[in-house]
Amino acid sequence: MIKVVDLKKIYCNDGVETVALDGVSFTIKKGEFTSIMGPSGSGKSTLMHILGGLDTPTSGQYFLDGEEMSRLDDDHLSEIRNKKIGFVFQSYNLLPRTSALKNVLLPMLYAGVDPQTRNHKAQILLDQVGLSDRANHLSNQLSGGQQQRVAIARALAMDPKIILADEPTGNIATNQAEEIMKIFTRLHRDGHTIVMITHEPDIAAFSSRIITIRDGKIESDRTSI
Amino acid sequence: MKIIEIILESIGTLGLNKLRTGLAILGIIIGIGSVITLISLGAGSQKAVENQVQSLGANLLTVMPALQRSGNVRTSGSMTTLTLADALAIINNPEITTVSDVSPELSSRFQVVTKSSNSNVSAIGVYPQYASIRKVAMQSGVFISMSDVDAVQRVAVLGPQVATDLFGEGFNPIGETVRINKLGFRIIGVTQSKGGNGFNNQDNTIYIPLSTLQKQLSGADHLSSIAIEAKSAQVMVQAQDQVGFFLLKRHKLVDPAQADFMIMSQNDILNTASQVTGTFTTLLSGIAAISLIVGGIGIMNIMLVTVTERTREIGLRKALGAKKRTIITQFLVEAIILTLAGGLLGMGLGICLSLLLSRLLSIPSAISLTSVVLSIGVSGVIGIVFGWYPAKRAANLQPIEALRYE
Ligand SMILES: Nc1ncnc2c1ncn2[C@@H]1O[C@H](COP(=O)(O)OP(=O)(O)OP(=O)(O)O)[C@@H](O)[C@H]1O
Ligand SMILES: [Mg+2]
Repeated sequence: MIKVVDLKKIYCNDGVETVALDGVSFTIKKGEFTSIMGPSGSGKSTLMHILGGLDTPTSGQYFLDGEEMSRLDDDHLSEIRNKKIGFVFQSYNLLPRTSALKNVLLPMLYAGVDPQTRNHKAQILLDQVGLSDRANHLSNQLSGGQQQRVAIARALAMDPKIILADEPTGNIATNQAEEIMKIFTRLHRDGHTIVMITHEPDIAAFSSRIITIRDGKIESDRTSI
Repeated sequence: MKIIEIILESIGTLGLNKLRTGLAILGIIIGIGSVITLISLGAGSQKAVENQVQSLGANLLTVMPALQRSGNVRTSGSMTTLTLADALAIINNPEITTVSDVSPELSSRFQVVTKSSNSNVSAIGVYPQYASIRKVAMQSGVFISMSDVDAVQRVAVLGPQVATDLFGEGFNPIGETVRINKLGFRIIGVTQSKGGNGFNNQDNTIYIPLSTLQKQLSGADHLSSIAIEAKSAQVMVQAQDQVGFFLLKRHKLVDPAQADFMIMSQNDILNTASQVTGTFTTLLSGIAAISLIVGGIGIMNIMLVTVTERTREIGLRKALGAKKRTIITQFLVEAIILTLAGGLLGMGLGICLSLLLSRLLSIPSAISLTSVVLSIGVSGVIGIVFGWYPAKRAANLQPIEALRYE
């Protein structure tokens, strides 16, 4: 389902080159639940952005469902991000001064889902992340953990086959983190492909495969059972 | 995404950012409102002057004494080259076919005294024709008659301003006596107000028979002007020529450049007056242009100041699946709504202010379509360009670049 070959990402700011990814290759099969671990600054988010079609690699290839992403035009990429991928950002990225409900239904708005259906769906999703009573709160009136859960609900809005989550439990209390992991486990069981970045080994333990990255290179790649 | 949903999305976003929306609309309102007001004020005052000059008579030619041309300069002043005989000759000459009437005039300033007041007033010695040629109507009493002129009567007709100044508001001065240069004059009439101001204010004048003024007050036998009524507005140029050549011949001059008089039509006077108000209008237009620029910069700033926040917003919307076209349409619709709302409000404000000011200053209102179109056009273009351009730029970025923008 996901195949990357010799992925490199080099940032170039004011003549200073930063190598964020230095030749990363792996394949993730449909229905796999993968964790990506590694120290801060090792290039995890950079990798995730490329997988999500939000950024382009400096070199290397990325195939999603057999399609090479770098060949696709901007609108086609938008469509893939909308329909195939649910992305949870490390820093949530909710629309400011906008209700939780509106944030969740935004992807459905761009997909052209009719208003009734999308409102209903958004409500259900907020319910699933335990925020049904916060639907009409504005995003800046929510705690960090609540914002993160809204971001997860939003990622699920279009029933994407692939869910990419950048530290989805990073700001959440342990008991809530378990709730989130239950959602991810259920999604995994339903056949979704999940890639998740985490720092915590006990969160990574929910997944079936752990890829560890260090200095832009894969350090280890272990599949359990 | 359907266009109606994009429009709703734009309206929603405008509602979320009330301060930004308010400031942008305010900028547009000020730009458009001030341009419309200032330009209509300029045009209105120009029209006021035109109306006033027209009210003095459209078929009117005025002959005035002039210095013989020396070099290129010709001046008018207290010269004695025009006489009553000139005036009578013009009307009595069968070759002058385009003139219907003449009014010989001599004006001068005198000390005018009543029992209770004393003031320096402009007096004009006239023939009865003055009233019809110069469009003076009576409020009460009668104007100077031919028999008053023939008998050198000491009678006077007052302009309404003079009547009020000498006798007080609301008093009917007919039958009273005023002393002009110590001679008693019986008041026989008061003219209607013409509402003029500035030069040649007919409301602030005393009329007496020409013969009386020449023989008893000033001792002069020349005229300060001859007003000539042409038979119609179409023969003004012909009349000007006929009178001009006739007077040249009478004064035994061959070269028109040597003329010791000059003839002005209402058009000439109008042109002079228009030049003055034209300068005024240009000045106002300049101020209007500046306020349009200031308003435009205001709109531009508001649009650009929020670019950072909006770039992130665009990055996020794209990350969630918005296509470039959808985003640009949304921002364009936003900008159009802003400028449309600001434009309509600004136009309303400008028109209201113009009407109010023209009433306060008692000038005709002259809201020009050009100023409306121009101001709405300019601020519309600025609003739309600066709403659209940053959005287009942001929509062309990778979503992650846009999200990181600062
Ligand atoms: N826009 C950028 N310009 C320049 N360098 C960048 C940029 N984004 C990331 N980097 C660099 O790339 C490297 C990898 O960054 P990345 O965000 O992928 O790390 P990470 O593994 O997600 O870290 P963390 O666990 O703290 O989130 C870092 O050294 C970072 O400084
Ligand atoms: Mg990261």
